[in-house]
Amino acid sequence: MNLAALHERASLNQQVRVFFAERKVLEVETPALSQAGNTDPFIDSFSVNTPHGLRYLHTSPEYPMKRLLVAGAGDIYQLCKVWRRDESGKRHNPEFTLLEWYRLGFTWQQLMHEVADLLHTLIPHLQKPPRFCSYREAFLESVQLDPHLATEAELSACAQAHGIAISGDMPVQAWRDLLLTHCVEPQFPTDQLTFLYHYPASQSALAKIQQVDGQAVAERFEVYLGALELGNGYQEQTDSAQNRLILVQDAHTRGHDIPVDERFLAALEHGLPECAGVALGIDRILLCRMQRDDLKQVIAFSWEVA
Amino acid sequence: MATYGANDLRVGVKIIINGDPYTVVESDFVKPGKGQAFTRARVRNLKSGRTIEQTFKSTETVEGADVEDRDMEYLYTDGENWTFMDSGTFEQLEAGATAMADAVKWLKGNEKCVVTLWNGVPLQVTTPNFAELKITQTDPGVRGDTATGGTKPATLETGAVVKVPLYMEEGEILKIDTRTGEYVSRVKA
Repeated sequence: MNLAALHERASLNQQVRVFFAERKVLEVETPALSQAGNTDPFIDSFSVNTPHGLRYLHTSPEYPMKRLLVAGAGDIYQLCKVWRRDESGKRHNPEFTLLEWYRLGFTWQQLMHEVADLLHTLIPHLQKPPRFCSYREAFLESVQLDPHLATEAELSACAQAHGIAISGDMPVQAWRDLLLTHCVEPQFPTDQLTFLYHYPASQSALAKIQQVDGQAVAERFEVYLGALELGNGYQEQTDSAQNRLILVQDAHTRGHDIPVDERFLAALEHGLPECAGVALGIDRILLCRMQRDDLKQVIAFSWEVA
Repeated sequence: MATYGANDLRVGVKIIINGDPYTVVESDFVKPGKGQAFTRARVRNLKSGRTIEQTFKSTETVEGADVEDRDMEYLYTDGENWTFMDSGTFEQLEAGATAMADAVKWLKGNEKCVVTLWNGVPLQVTTPNFAELKITQTDPGVRGDTATGGTKPATLETGAVVKVPLYMEEGEILKIDTRTGEYVSRVKA
């Protein structure tokens, strides 16, 4: 328990609210416990037995917030607790605070700049401006390999050449994830934000897909300080059929353990306005602001002692 | 034998990698936001003492190593093997030079040690954190020189050579931190 961290968190939350009030973005709340869960293949929800059947603790407020966008809520943000199973470590706590917001008519590039403005307010010691780097450039720079074109064998040989010991086979994307976490992210500057963008199309989630240099890439970005990922943003996919396709495919990959959010998909059929959205991890931002290295130092009672 | 999921690889967990027993000395969970999660661990080979980095997929399971830490008393050595006794059962075990490693430098007899056994065979011996040993040889002391902080080598009754303050004399007993091999203080006889 760190009393200084309590004060820092309170003042950080206040700064967030001032930031959005000045920009006329509305604070909203959506349910934490829903009838459908997140179908993302690598994010696991907690389920809760209720007298009205199984419910899922949200892993982000994305689906209901998009329902609000369809309903005409305009620019909105939410500061809330979310839960992700099996994510535990120095930089993960299964229960954490997320700041998620949506900006109508914004491009993802505009949103990256707004994210930078906010983070520079919340973490004042950073060098400006941020660094912007595509997924491909980042790989070429740190492991001299084009992540979109490299085969499984090339990615695995590259991992081995960089001294990564891991056994067994993995799909191409898992090798990219391995190189990203072990070789690419550690090269990011520790005193300056890095925006990584144009992920492989397979990593689009609910972001739009675009052709760049003959390669289908996701209009998605992640923001880092050093190797620490602080947030993830999209040019939101507004095509309802495409959204359905992704959710159904993901549910299939997961073995249908989580029901697809039909209320969300039905809302999208009424037209999601063109927008960009992003979610930032507040606890990690606090970690950077206080220049600590373990979430236990900034969370009042971490998972182990909650 | 127990198996561990990648998420259970906490510090101190003993596992088998390529047929050798390892202990996890550091482990961290890494995961790109939308991607595959990994446990990135530093593990120490309990036979060679070497530490390596090993990454596990979050879905992977790892075989546990049947490794046990036993409190045992050091009895004697014949120069090739070092004999330990379980003070509860009086069972005796012999550890070879590889398992003993640096522990030989700090043992005279009757010390309570921790013997790490793998499938019943000693892998590693951990001595008490501090040893009190007599200096058997060192150059004559420099009287009154307690301020300069200079050191000189001294040979101890076990054969270990450590750095001691210049004023220490042969026959004196000193306290050593066995984890670092450093002089701690002079022990009043």
